[in-house]
Amino acid sequence: MSDADFRPTANWETLKLRAAMLQRLRDFFAERGFLEVDTPLLSRDTVIDVHLEPLAVDLCDRRRLYLQTSPEFAMKRLLAAGAAAIYQITRAFRDEEVGDRHNIEFTIAEWYQAGQSMSEAMQLLSDLGEHLLGLGAAERLTFAEAFQRHAGVDPHAASCDDLIASAREHGLLHENRPPHRQRDVWLDQLLTQLVEPQLGIAGPTILYDYPADQAALATVRPGPPAVAERFELYVRGIELANGYHELRDASELRERNRVNNLQRRDAGRRVLPEDSRLLDAMEHGLPQCCGVALGFDRLVMIAAGATTLDEVMAFPFPIA
Amino acid sequence: MGTYKTSDFRKGLKVQIDGEPYLMIEMNFRKPGKGNALYECKLRNLIRGTVLSRTYRGGESLESADVEEIDAQYLYRQADTFVFMENTNYEQYELSAEQVDENWKYLKEGMGVSMMLYNGNPITMTPPNHVELEVIECEPGAKGDTATNVTKPAKVENGAEFGVPIFIKPGNVIKIDTRTGAYIERVNS
Repeated sequence: MSDADFRPTANWETLKLRAAMLQRLRDFFAERGFLEVDTPLLSRDTVIDVHLEPLAVDLCDRRRLYLQTSPEFAMKRLLAAGAAAIYQITRAFRDEEVGDRHNIEFTIAEWYQAGQSMSEAMQLLSDLGEHLLGLGAAERLTFAEAFQRHAGVDPHAASCDDLIASAREHGLLHENRPPHRQRDVWLDQLLTQLVEPQLGIAGPTILYDYPADQAALATVRPGPPAVAERFELYVRGIELANGYHELRDASELRERNRVNNLQRRDAGRRVLPEDSRLLDAMEHGLPQCCGVALGFDRLVMIAAGATTLDEVMAFPFPIA
Repeated sequence: MGTYKTSDFRKGLKVQIDGEPYLMIEMNFRKPGKGNALYECKLRNLIRGTVLSRTYRGGESLESADVEEIDAQYLYRQADTFVFMENTNYEQYELSAEQVDENWKYLKEGMGVSMMLYNGNPITMTPPNHVELEVIECEPGAKGDTATNVTKPAKVENGAEFGVPIFIKPGNVIKIDTRTGAYIERVNS
């Protein structure tokens, strides 16, 4: 083992910046009357998302638990139990996600406010970005506007062929190989390679009103086109935060769980437990609310002018 | 011959695409928070040096390429064929003038080089970063002209020409950087 292997990949200056930003984040929420909460990392319940792979933990008594992919289940249980405005800064885990902007274990800041509209939630996110990064207020852009502008397609109406045509026009097709036919993958590829790099360049950008099939745990506003009341913050082409006007309908969540598990099975992923204490809480009654999750490591990355997470984490996954 | 799944993708992998070997020179994992994982790769063709940008979906795979690097010695040139010998087992390998390309300018009989084999056949040869070659022909420099930023052409023992400072004379040995083709210094002999 070489000497370098035990040392942090971030320098001390950045680790001090990280600590200062953690403090400023807590100050931001304290000033606005949010209660800091603290919920378990390990739970029987887990989010069922086609593209999120939770880490399973098997106990000696054979029970299977999951490390959280975000604290949203626990925090919504608190809201259903009467909390008004809560935040926490904790760890989340997502298997398979390793790279210059991903780390299997990462620091997540998440907050919820009961009674908040999506517009108010976007304003709070913009204020938070301004408070921590000092890059000004965020401009708001719908998902459709962003796609029209940077990929030349309507993301709600475009067919798979329309998306492939845009990919072809922008040189994203592979030579000597017919393009695949997965519409959702093309939409993600156009987002990642054409749209995202243009977002948050002059100042922060909040993208909102997502395609209905990307609702995850957000409410869907009937159209046409029907859109998911979801929003994301981008700075310098990097996705920093994801917010929802939260889904409150338990039967709708059951249905999404069922469909997601079918898709997971088709994709060769394990099927996850569909019953959860979140469903119990939603059946009891979740107040109308918005919630946002923010990747704290990426936020520090932007503030430090860094381009990789290694530069802002003491011990990233490969040397954890 | 194995395959690499997207989860194995990393810089430095040698893979096969359309029957040709490629080196993965860049690999970025990209994934919208709630979206599909994408693997953005830059791949350099190990035969032609061209670079390909490709994006793979999670679950796709690439075949590994049977690529091996060996230490060899340059033996001789016969018409358009350059002959090399592996240092350990004395196996001989041939490259065409087209494969050797501009690198012929740095070769001298007996010189150590590194070669790349693809499926057991040689595809490229890389000379050492610095080579020493003897000047056999060049114009005399003007007397007293010691400026080093002015150059003149000089022909070396293998027939190649390099730009050298005015003070270089036939019989001098010069050191050349093979990555740039630039003159570095005169070697005292």
